[in-house]
Amino acid sequence: MGSTLLVNLSYIVASILFIFGLKLLSHPETARRGNLLSAVGMLIAIVFTLFDQAIVDFKWIAIGIAIGGGVGALAATRVAMTAMPEMVALLNGFGGIASLLVGWAALGDGSMPGFTLLTIYLSILIGGVTFTGSLVAWGKLSERMPGRPIQFAGQKVVNSAILAAIVLCGVMFVVNPGASAWLYLAILLAVVLGVLAVIPIGGADMPVVISLLNSYSGLAACAAGFAINNNVLIVAGALVGASGIILTNIMCKAMNRSLSNVLFSGFGSVKQSAIAIEGEVKPLSASDAYYILEAAQTVAIIPGYGMAVAQAQHTVKELQQLLENNGAEVIYGIHPVAGRMPGHMNVLLAEADVSYDLLLEMDAINPRMETVDVAIVIGANDVVNPAARDMEGSPIYGMPIINVDKARTVFVLKRSMASGFAGVDNPLFFKDNTRMIFGDAKETLSHLVREFGDS
Amino acid sequence: MDAIYLLFILILSIFLGFELIRKVPSTLHTPLMSGANAISGITLVGALVAAGAQSSTLTTVLGTGAVAFATINVVGGYLVTDRMLAMFKKKQGGK
Repeated sequence: MGSTLLVNLSYIVASILFIFGLKLLSHPETARRGNLLSAVGMLIAIVFTLFDQAIVDFKWIAIGIAIGGGVGALAATRVAMTAMPEMVALLNGFGGIASLLVGWAALGDGSMPGFTLLTIYLSILIGGVTFTGSLVAWGKLSERMPGRPIQFAGQKVVNSAILAAIVLCGVMFVVNPGASAWLYLAILLAVVLGVLAVIPIGGADMPVVISLLNSYSGLAACAAGFAINNNVLIVAGALVGASGIILTNIMCKAMNRSLSNVLFSGFGSVKQSAIAIEGEVKPLSASDAYYILEAAQTVAIIPGYGMAVAQAQHTVKELQQLLENNGAEVIYGIHPVAGRMPGHMNVLLAEADVSYDLLLEMDAINPRMETVDVAIVIGANDVVNPAARDMEGSPIYGMPIINVDKARTVFVLKRSMASGFAGVDNPLFFKDNTRMIFGDAKETLSHLVREFGDS
Repeated sequence: MDAIYLLFILILSIFLGFELIRKVPSTLHTPLMSGANAISGITLVGALVAAGAQSSTLTTVLGTGAVAFATINVVGGYLVTDRMLAMFKKKQGGK
């Protein structure tokens, strides 16, 4: 039993390294070291597992690792920072399918206690839901699928029926593990449920879904850990599960919605409010915007998903530099659900070499908003919509927002006058201190940068 | 007894996870998620045993598939997280 002891000791070391790795993630300066520490822990766990006496043949292991390692390395080095939400969605899904396969492989001939069978069933179930749910999320995020909520009549009835079938199937599976029909049915139900659970959720709610699936991929690993009696899977899976749940909670709070509201009622089903927003929009040319910016002392930039779509982060940084050279202070206001995943805007701005201490959270920037001369909203809509604060009938009423309308002047960079993703009109556009600059965000910003360069 | 012992580990790990993750600043939430993806690739250690135990053809096939997917998570997750974290810099000299 010497090798078993060694393997288990290595798992303790790995768990410690995972924990320290996450601890170091609490500050941007130490985070990279933390990630490295975590990776070392993983390597130790993998290498020592290979000493396990149950492993007699290394051929298929080598093939699997070569394929996975190649694909993983290629994807990680090639992926654009703007495509990070898709990447994370896919990785969530792969974690899910891996747990499904491990659970299935652990079943063998099914001669095991009921509790173990139950955990195998859970790992297959959670793994399957995570897999197809993540694929749908990936499709929506990468626009291979329409991002709008897809709903059909009787959706809730169908989902409830599937849930009931899953419970029933689970009972039959545990009672009768030899009959593989129940196993296949369980896999089928799980993958169908994964698809049905994510298609009714709109693109703007993706930060919640992707966090939740992140959590599921951890829980699936946990269940697989129970299935094969492995401590380190349970510890690591629980850490990931907890992380996903915390992020999900933060995202829900930032939208002032409960998790069940996000999951079960797409924004599409929200009744349009009776309040009609009317007023005159005041467009402004980029050249005129330059004169206002040149005189500004404090400029706040509020980015949204539109900045990612226009790939405008580098131009934003250029403008920041020019404004700073001109003597202005530039700060950024980041709403928790700006973009398509938690921290999306921060990564893009970090890529453009924006110092992270300039990226202020909503609660940090709002008290300063009254002293801001110009707030520039780049491709954000709902997160700066004052209707969420002032108009009780609005579908997004109660959602915490960045109060850009309190700034002396607001520039809104927007492609055209369409309402935002949630289909909610934005009274910000009609305020006296708001100027709309229509056109591609990146082009508008380039124009401003050129004006600065010419002067 | 085994089940109780595993549940014990699970519960403690969840509490530990909550305490650890709560301290991660929102600016690092994307790297946190991709890093979590990498950690959930820990399923790989279970997959290795399934792929190498030669207990049946089905188990080997399932295990090999699991090894491939889990390795994508481990390698892809850690590399992409490192790439992101390398970009988070603080400018010297101040505003």
